[in-house]
Amino acid sequence: MRYLPHTAPDRQAMLATIGATAIDDLFVDVPDGALGTQPIAGLGHHMSEMEVERTLAAMANKNTTASSVPFFIGCGAYKHHVPASVDHLIQRGEFLTSYTPYQPEIAQGTLQYMFEFQTQVARLTGMDVANASMYDGSTACTEAIFMARRITKRGKAILSSGVHPHYVAVAKTLTQFTDDVLLCGEPHVMPGAPGHDMDWILNQLDTDTSCVIVQNPNLFGHVADLSELAKAVHAKGALLIVVFTEVVSLGLLKSPGEMGADIVVGEGQSIGNGLNFGGPYLGLFATRDKYVRQMPGRLCGETLDAHGKRGFVLTLSTREQHIRREKATSNICTNSGLCALAFTVHMSLLGEAGVRRLAEINHARAVSTAERLQKVAGITIVNSAFFNEFTIQLNTPSRQVVHDLAKHNVLAGVSLERLYPKHKALENALVVAATETTTDEHIEALADAFSKVLA
Amino acid sequence: MSMNTHGRPTQPVAANADGAASFSGNRGLDLQEPLIFELGSNTRTGVDLSDEKITKSYLGGLERTQPINLPGLSEPEVVRHFTRLSRKNYAIDMGIFALGSCTMKHNPRLNEKMARLPGFGDIHPLQPQSSVQGALQLMHTLAHWLTTLTGMPAVAMSPKAGAHGELCGLMAIRAALVARGNARQVVLCPESAHGTNPATAAFCGYRVEDIPANAKGRVDLEALKARLGPDVAAIMLTNPNTCGMFEPDIKAIADAVHAAGAFFYCDGANYNALVGKVRPGDLGVDAMHINLHKTFSTPHGGGGPGSGPVVFSEALAPFAPIPTVIKNADGYHLIEEENAESQTTFGRMVAFHGQMGMFVRALTYMMSHGADGLMQVAEDAVLNANYILASLKDVMTAPYEGPCMHEALFDDSFLKGTGVTTLDFAKGMIDEGFHPMTMYFPLVVHGAMLIEPTETESKATLDQFIHSLRGLAKAAVDGDANRFTGAPYFAPLARLDETRAARQPILSYKEPEMLQAAE
Repeated sequence: MRYLPHTAPDRQAMLATIGATAIDDLFVDVPDGALGTQPIAGLGHHMSEMEVERTLAAMANKNTTASSVPFFIGCGAYKHHVPASVDHLIQRGEFLTSYTPYQPEIAQGTLQYMFEFQTQVARLTGMDVANASMYDGSTACTEAIFMARRITKRGKAILSSGVHPHYVAVAKTLTQFTDDVLLCGEPHVMPGAPGHDMDWILNQLDTDTSCVIVQNPNLFGHVADLSELAKAVHAKGALLIVVFTEVVSLGLLKSPGEMGADIVVGEGQSIGNGLNFGGPYLGLFATRDKYVRQMPGRLCGETLDAHGKRGFVLTLSTREQHIRREKATSNICTNSGLCALAFTVHMSLLGEAGVRRLAEINHARAVSTAERLQKVAGITIVNSAFFNEFTIQLNTPSRQVVHDLAKHNVLAGVSLERLYPKHKALENALVVAATETTTDEHIEALADAFSKVLA
Repeated sequence: MSMNTHGRPTQPVAANADGAASFSGNRGLDLQEPLIFELGSNTRTGVDLSDEKITKSYLGGLERTQPINLPGLSEPEVVRHFTRLSRKNYAIDMGIFALGSCTMKHNPRLNEKMARLPGFGDIHPLQPQSSVQGALQLMHTLAHWLTTLTGMPAVAMSPKAGAHGELCGLMAIRAALVARGNARQVVLCPESAHGTNPATAAFCGYRVEDIPANAKGRVDLEALKARLGPDVAAIMLTNPNTCGMFEPDIKAIADAVHAAGAFFYCDGANYNALVGKVRPGDLGVDAMHINLHKTFSTPHGGGGPGSGPVVFSEALAPFAPIPTVIKNADGYHLIEEENAESQTTFGRMVAFHGQMGMFVRALTYMMSHGADGLMQVAEDAVLNANYILASLKDVMTAPYEGPCMHEALFDDSFLKGTGVTTLDFAKGMIDEGFHPMTMYFPLVVHGAMLIEPTETESKATLDQFIHSLRGLAKAAVDGDANRFTGAPYFAPLARLDETRAARQPILSYKEPEMLQAAE
């Protein structure tokens, strides 16, 4: 077996050093009947590299890749172009095959990029401080709700109906055995006041409220100014948590920090990371300085070495489970290190000029898509304002339309019937996303296919 | 001035304490690297984007007005920056990384290649299911391997890491108990448990109590039986335990737990000792997470991303989280919502379907080994750890009698009176060119040193490692404390001041002018 270095004589020599006659002498504590003497049945025999490649390529080839067709799917994961140097750098063995930097003297490479990552995320979100990343946007969102409870010592969280339904499902799941009370808005393609269910939230808001969670741009693509909401939330002593699923939007939109957010969480996949069928992704988490000791997750901080040279270490670990055990701020024990590195490399390539321009192009491509679809009979554009995705209303249930369009080799968007199977009122709606990868030909193909299918 | 064998000077100038300073600040291949914020500028970019003219905006007046202040660099500068940083890291690719409980084994590059096939890497989680049949097939196939290897009937694929898997397991246990009418109040964990175990149990609303241990570092079965009762929801036990020992009474423990109406959660962090050789299902386990980034070699990546699928017994399977993949006559299907097939699910743990990139790598690794190779993995992992234990126990001190499983535990009694601590000893190992073992864990042993070599280290590597550790142990006992107390001497940085970092936290970069303005 190519990954196992020992020869049979090696094994014999080592057993002799140990004083054992056979390998199973070392498994002496395993109960009778539980110790296997033959390979476990029902699984294959070892394979060469070539055989494995063939087997897996056969599975991979059954999938329709995003790059091979006109592609307009978003809702929490986005198809962007990732520069070649990003994937090259994250595959350097010193990054790929290192561990959590518990020995900082020989992990400065990881620690320094974590510090750069934290700074980039804090600046993009308009916050003071960011952690070294979470599993994904949805788990970061739930952790933010718990953090707000710790800070405010209140248990009622109000979730806007514009929050991604899977993020809401994760929050509901993880709070079912805690004292938290979640109030979730009723989904509607055009919730309440401009882009958001503002009135409903304000009606629920009281002095028992720990936090209000709003997504911007929201699931339906609407963008809204949250500054007034922030004031109302703060007046009740609660916190405003702003969620995003498309981090590129921060290049063009007023930052959540500027609008008064207390905690900002979101999905960072769009920068540096591919679609990967949903994971691994990159949870971003940022807040104000004053709340840092209530933050979950790993943090990297600057310090000095014994010669007075600048260096970086993991810090404030008294919040974490390996020190605090059952009193920790979270049971989280990892971050999404390599995805964070991909983010940092891509963001270092883009810089402020690049990320602003990238965001502009994303918006422009979505505008072109919306304007073209508006001309298709049977389609109504719902949004008045959006970033790179928007909702359209069809004259027929959207899930079937998505399937029909797939037969025309167009992946048209996300059917809200799929995301909200229990909400009949949303069944004709579809969320369409465009990015810098969307060409005029893709847009034409989409419009053509819609014309045929909706006719 | 001393001369080398070529008759030339051994130093550029008279040697002094910190060596002669260079003009560049660098020294040979030891290259200093500033932060990206000290290198780049906000107007430079290393990405060429289309020059499409932008005429319209539908942003509702929400345009950003403040600068972001993110420096950019050209591609050659970015490549150099991160390449230089990478060289300040130790990694498995460079040498043995015997970090106990972390299973730092070789990461095959075939895994990386397969994960990057566009058919896996370039597909969206919300594509129509008809367009991702191969991806669902991969998840279904991996689930088959995991359930067959563990002898368990069901698996939840979506948890994103070990601790997330623990949460999944405990939530399923709580849901099952609630369905029975009583969630109960207590989860029992041994003192030697990973910190995630008590943190997870507390998160699910349980009070955590210790499982008593005996003098051999194992669960005290009689004391456990005495403690079990109608208030106990579950035990959380790592097996092999965090001392690297198999629990010989494991079946009796499981029987007692089940007789008390409780569940047995097994922390699968140490599954590498058993893979392909012992099926946890045969030991009475109800739920166990599997760290794909440990046992199945998906890269640790400097701290994630991990992946922690959870296998379940019949009793817990109905409560597993969505989504799940099923296969029927017309293909593979993703069950994404509570419906007839999943009405007792405890819910959803992540936005999408789990760590697909890690699934591809893990399945690649499993298929490469086959059932025969995986059995050899467990045997060689245990062989290597016992070889280290046998080769060091006369100069270091092992708190428990062997044999061990996949990791060898030592305490610091051999350092008593030397002035050298476990931390110092670890830093001394850095100067020998090794990543230190796990220090001060498990907590039940004083000054613990936990060494897990894994199966992918050759005998020659182990011999060199053993030779160095024997040398260090002897140096400490012989009074050469300086070798340790100032160590590391030869790493990119000397020992770092962690107290300072925590007392005056600097968690993001501030430009000198920003700092001045703040003062």
